[in-house]
Amino acid sequence: MTRILIIAEHDGNELNPSTGKCVTCARAMEPDSVDVAVFAADPKALAEAASKLDGVDHVLAVDGEHNEHILAATLAPQIAALADGYSHVLAPSTTFGKDVMPRAAALLGVPQITDIMAVEDAHTFKRPIYAGNAIVTVKAPEDRLLVGTVRTASWSAAGDGGSAEVSERSVDADIPSHTRFVKLDQHESDRPDLQTASRVVSGGRALGSEENFEIIYELADAMGAAVGASRAAVDAGYVPNDMQVGQTGKIIAPELYVAIGISGAIQHLTGIKDAGTIVAINKDEDAPIFEVADFGLVADLFKAVPELKEALK
Amino acid sequence: MKILVCLKRVVDYNVRVKVKPDGSGVITDGVKMSINPFDEIALEEALRIKERGDAEEVVVVTAGPGDARQQLRTGLAMGADRAVLVKVDEAPLPLDAARVLKALVDREEPGMVLMGKQAIDDDANQTGQMLAALLDWPQATFVSKLELADGKAQCTREVDAGLETIEVDLPAVVTTDLRLNEPRYVKLPEIMKAKKKPLDELTLDDLGVEFSGGLEAVKYEPPPKREAGVKVESVAELVDKLKEKGLL
Repeated sequence: MTRILIIAEHDGNELNPSTGKCVTCARAMEPDSVDVAVFAADPKALAEAASKLDGVDHVLAVDGEHNEHILAATLAPQIAALADGYSHVLAPSTTFGKDVMPRAAALLGVPQITDIMAVEDAHTFKRPIYAGNAIVTVKAPEDRLLVGTVRTASWSAAGDGGSAEVSERSVDADIPSHTRFVKLDQHESDRPDLQTASRVVSGGRALGSEENFEIIYELADAMGAAVGASRAAVDAGYVPNDMQVGQTGKIIAPELYVAIGISGAIQHLTGIKDAGTIVAINKDEDAPIFEVADFGLVADLFKAVPELKEALK
Repeated sequence: MKILVCLKRVVDYNVRVKVKPDGSGVITDGVKMSINPFDEIALEEALRIKERGDAEEVVVVTAGPGDARQQLRTGLAMGADRAVLVKVDEAPLPLDAARVLKALVDREEPGMVLMGKQAIDDDANQTGQMLAALLDWPQATFVSKLELADGKAQCTREVDAGLETIEVDLPAVVTTDLRLNEPRYVKLPEIMKAKKKPLDELTLDDLGVEFSGGLEAVKYEPPPKREAGVKVESVAELVDKLKEKGLL
């Protein structure tokens, strides 16, 4: 029996779209059932949202004060306790899933498969290694629990026409007190979310300063796009870390990706491989970004970007 | 306090990795090998903690074939006090690596374990979290700022939503992200000096650890290639092309 448990990602108020992508991945394993577990201080509304995802059979709502701020140290033992009876436990390969799932896997004494990008069968998967320069097919034993994280950019989100049953669940686990949440500094933005936006405009080191980066925001707003950045732009302090696109930042799959003043280091390209259409604007005609761009424009970004913004008006 | 830093020998990050024609792995013969860059950041942080007087000893450890001595020597040249190699035929899977590290922690009793958030070969991002679970210690992953005081660590973590700060009791496992620090360059006299520093070798038997493996790599293949498209001459042409495709 293939019985899959998905650990929902959320911020306490809203279900992260990564959860629906895990459901699509789980369904590709042709399972007997797919359940979603929502751990939260008050999981009711979140569980309701999860129950609407197409392809979900049951939603387990686990409450508790210790689930107000999700920490790997407190969540992993609860996941381990809930895993009994399942053949697979999955979570998105976001910083949330990457943090907690290996801890849960080790508590359960099983290995983990990171970044599942394709499913061959319920125990055979493809995943990227070497920053996406190679793809390995990995086979896990069929007689053991399988813990995995799902590369969200490889999967579309499940639809929202479902009506799964929701039940409250209490979990018997020792919750450690050695780890405490202090704060989350979130960079507030009214723009679309970088990870799920259908259009993304990113800027690189060539912008030269935080002030100059403003033209990227203006273009993005004219396009209704989210804003991203290369690692170089983040390292240089032009923008905060949560805007980094690439292997160690966010791996995204928008319909349209516009790379401005980004040379295209391999670790950046890893983050945009699944984009529908890539546009590159760069004054260096030999920049590696042009090797993957569908449309390349060799131009001074400080001229081309305002012009593009005007053309979109 | 003693700090244990875990290093992994990996293909150097500047090497463009290629898959072997028969799909049995990636080409590593004659390829430059280095300390995993995230682990180098972990070692740099440990050295800085020692240099400001918050630690007495920094020990670098790895599990792998004998070649990994080179990377331990580099770690010693950067400033670690001693090294331990757990000799195994090939680099273990993360859970097995965590079991080896747990046995080393039991022997060495460090106040903190530092390592990179992931190795740039398998990109697994698991070992630190697994070690923390086996030890029942706190974990702080993806750390870009680390402050120690009163037996606790304030750790700023780079997460998708922004920067999260957590407080953990020590001992703890901390995994490092890119912006934590910039590792120092090793100077030639340090390399000479490092040759005299102790490098102990242990076996799995010495540690009483057995590997369980559990995942089989069936085949390796190159990623699907994205073809380069066309160059446009002007912004107007770009807008036309995007409109044609229904993207604007």
